[in-house]
Parts: sequence; structure tokens; C-alpha cells
Amino acid sequence: METNAIAVKVENLSRSFGSIEALKGISFEIPTGTVFGLLGPNGSGKTTTIRLLLGLLEADSGRAEVLGMDPIRQGGAVREACGALLEHTGLYERLTALDNLEFYGQVWHLPKAERAARIEELLNSIGLWERRKEVVGGWSRGMKQKLAVARALLHRPRLVFLDEPTAGLDPVASAALREDLLRLAEQSGVTVFLTTHNLAEAEKLCARVGVLREGRLLAVGAPEELRGRTSAQRVEIYGRKLDSETMLAQLNALPEVAAARLVNQHLVMDLKENADAADLVRFLVMRGADVDEVRKSGTSLEEVFLALMEEEKK
Amino acid sequence: MIQDMWTIIRKDIREIVFNRGTARSGLLSILVVIGLIGVYLPLQTGPEWLTNPVSMVSWAWLPVFLVVSVVTDAIAGERERHTLETLLASRLSDRAILLGKIGAAVSYGWGMAMIGVLLGVVTVNIAHPEEGLLFYQPGLFLGMVVFSFLVTLLMSTIGVFVSLHAPTARVAYQRMSFVMLGLFLAPTILVQVLPAENVAAVGAFLRNINLPLAAGIGGALLVVADIVLITLALARFQRTRLILD
Repeated sequence: METNAIAVKVENLSRSFGSIEALKGISFEIPTGTVFGLLGPNGSGKTTTIRLLLGLLEADSGRAEVLGMDPIRQGGAVREACGALLEHTGLYERLTALDNLEFYGQVWHLPKAERAARIEELLNSIGLWERRKEVVGGWSRGMKQKLAVARALLHRPRLVFLDEPTAGLDPVASAALREDLLRLAEQSGVTVFLTTHNLAEAEKLCARVGVLREGRLLAVGAPEELRGRTSAQRVEIYGRKLDSETMLAQLNALPEVAAARLVNQHLVMDLKENADAADLVRFLVMRGADVDEVRKSGTSLEEVFLALMEEEKK
Repeated sequence: MIQDMWTIIRKDIREIVFNRGTARSGLLSILVVIGLIGVYLPLQTGPEWLTNPVSMVSWAWLPVFLVVSVVTDAIAGERERHTLETLLASRLSDRAILLGKIGAAVSYGWGMAMIGVLLGVVTVNIAHPEEGLLFYQPGLFLGMVVFSFLVTLLMSTIGVFVSLHAPTARVAYQRMSFVMLGLFLAPTILVQVLPAENVAAVGAFLRNINLPLAAGIGGALLVVADIVLITLALARFQRTRLILD
């Protein structure tokens, strides 16, 4: 099969359900072998996007290309090359973990020996090999989620769609999954398309992210690019005599300060564009504050996300 | 596609066996049904079990009861348990999924009936060795095999339509039960509603019926109904529509 530098290409894709516009002309591209994160609140259109890309739904207008194929006209071929963990784990809860993976191994026509080896490899990697003969229905949500991710990767797909893959996983399992996904992308050239609410996770994992709200793609790019769009900075000041109400009011009145507040006995200031933190420290010292430490931090993806949401609301 | 259908059939049958949580309890309930129709009833009826045309009607209907829960669970149940969407996101074609699900229901219902039919022969022969080797009349046996297959296929396909329009497996099962109740009550209601002379005429017609001819016509009608319903089901069972359901 042809290898394409762009794994997913979406142009002006729109889809409505009755009077509800689930997607309003979104466009983005995902380079092959990267992890792409689609971020957005509930109901923003993330699941609809995945369904359109897998050919489970038809778009009203616009076009999509997945691994160089049209998801509707070549839906079978697209799904053949992709793995998916959708909104729900989709596991057969009356069956054992082994039965679940066996079934999907047969669905993907994996030869018996390869199937057995792959299942053992995956179950070992997620620490569930010893529990393979247990009925899945009695498992915790995190265990089911791990098994569902393993199922999505079973046939070594070229592109994996993961809808909230770390939902329900403990921090250790989440970190392990993130590492696995990064390794997949870097070593095997697999493209990962995931949706998440966990912005810290997206920041660690994704080479590119898209921010979706009410069917509109507000921004798309590398996390650092998105952070760069917001020139604001945050300054945290540690010391004594920082907790006077008057001082806070004076700080908030300064034109270069967007917001100043006390958090756990230290002062947190969000500065506006081109503000100089040194001037503000001098301002505090002159008003009697004892400053021990000043920390400047860049804008996190979460702040960018919230800023984009706020802008869109306005 | 045959391989994909077979994959679905095996998975669905496995789910039926594990329906009650463990294979042991699932198999036990299957054994109870087979024991009833393959051992208990033939023992009670004796050699007549193998010669009475009424048994053909019984065997044709038995799988119907068995497939109702299977087919509703296989489609409405999968959708309710959120496993259908994952299946639709796989490489399987719509056709393979649908025919696999119908195949699973038919294999279960018809398979159980056929095991019962053959076990009935063994039971009667063991219980009545003095009669020599007994078997169904060839025509009767063929009728049982063919009719019960066609009726099972028909009910499975009706079950697909009911399941596609039901929000849950339970609702689908209830609606299928109403369909079956209607089919069973229809003759009784007709007897109550029709004038006595018409009922007598129907009775006389049935007594003088040419059984092979009637079976042939009935079989042909069932084949046509099965083909039409399966064609309609294939047209309806499309993932882009199923996701919206």
C-alpha cells in the first residue's frame, strides 16, 4: 500500500444532525507517524470527527482523506488499516479477555500462531496476561480500558483512533500508555489520533493538537505554537508581607497586570503582553514586601485552551 | 465473507453459552432444553413420536422460541452494551456482520432442534427395542429439517428488523414475543370469529389436504418470504444508518 506523508487530511468537513451543526467546516492535516490530539469540551464534535474519518458517518460537505483513501467510498480499506477505541470500550463483557482479543484477531484475519503471539505480547505489556481467562465484565474500568487499547493495536494498524484512551486509568497506567503510544509513533511510524480532556497529557504526548468547540476548530498546531500565540506570562512571587489587600488592589490596578491573586501564601500574577516582571518586583519591594523568590512560567496548553474557549464565547 | 460470517457466528454462540456468566450454567440450560425435547417428550410419546406428522409442526416451531432471545440480543443487545459500534469500526462488511448474526441465531435454534430430532430417535429406539430399528418417515424427516430451518430463518430475519427499531434488547424481545403470540393466537381467534360453517369447511379442507403438496407450497412461500426479508435487511443494515440509530 502507498505510504503517504499525510495520514489524515480534512478539508471544510461539516456534519449536522437535524438542526444541530456538529461540525462546521473543519480543516486540518496529520503527518504520518505523529500523535495528534483533538481537544474540546463534551459535545464539541470530537466523536463525530472520528466517526467521519472511519466512514461510520457521511459528511454533509467537505472532504476527508485517511491514509490516502476516501473514508466513505473506500470505507472497508480505511477500517482495515485503522484501529479504534471509541467512546466506550466495546468489550464483550460476558467473554474473557482472551476471547475478546481472539475474536478481534480473527476479525482481522491474523494467522493463528501470529494471533497467539501478539495477544500474549499485548497482554504482557499491559500486565493482564495472568488474568486472560477472566470474564471481562467483573474488571475495573481501568483494566477494561487497557484491554480495549490492546484490542485497538492488535492488528498493528497504521493509524489508531483513541477516544479518551486514558479515561479511568491510574496515573502509572496512564504514563505507561503514553510511553507506548509515543514509542508506536516514533519507532513503528504509526499515526495516533486521540481525543482527550486531559490537557497536560496532550501537552506531553501530542506533536500537534486541534482545539474544537461547538463544531468549530479554533486552533491547530504544535502545543508550543499554540502557547506562542499567547504572549502573556505568569509570575509567581514567594516571600513575606505579600498578603496585604491594599497591595493586591494596587497590583490589579496596574495596566501591565492582567490579574494578581494570592495562592497558598504566594502571589500569582498574570502579566499582559510586554510587561516587565522586574518592574513589578521593584514595585512590591518599595511597598515593604520581602521577596525571597520569583518564578516565571510560560503559558500551559491548558491556559491556551481556556483562553481560546473564552475568546470563542465572546 | 464466509470466514467473517463464521467468526461472528462463533463469537455470538460463545456469548450465548456464557450468557449466564459461566460456561457451565450456560451449557446446563442448553442441556435442559435438549433433554426435554430429545429425551423426555419422546419417552412420553413412544414410537408415535417418529411417525406422527404433528411432530413435524412441533419441530418447525421449537427453534422459533429459541432464536427470539438470541437474535434480539445479538443486535439490540450489542447496541445497548456499546459493542456494536466497535464492531462496525472494524474491517468487517455490513453484510458479513448481518449474515453472521442471522447465522448465529439460526445455528443455535435450528441446531438445537436437530440435535433434539436425532436424540429423539435414539431415545425411542432405546426405550422400545422390541419395535426394531425405528426412524422418522423419510418425507417427514425431510419436512422437519427443511421447515424448521426456513421458519427459524424467517423469525431471525424478523428479529433483525424488530431489533433495529428497538431501543433495548428487552424491548426487542417483548416486541418479538408479541409477534409470536400473534402468530400462535391467530388460528384460535379465527376459529372464534369465523362463522361455524366456514370453520367446518376449513377443518374438512385440512383433513383432506394433500400433505406433500401443501408442504411444497408452504415451503415455497417460506423461501420467498426469507429471500425478501433478507434482501430488505441487507439494504437496511448499513453502518452509516446504524450509527444514527
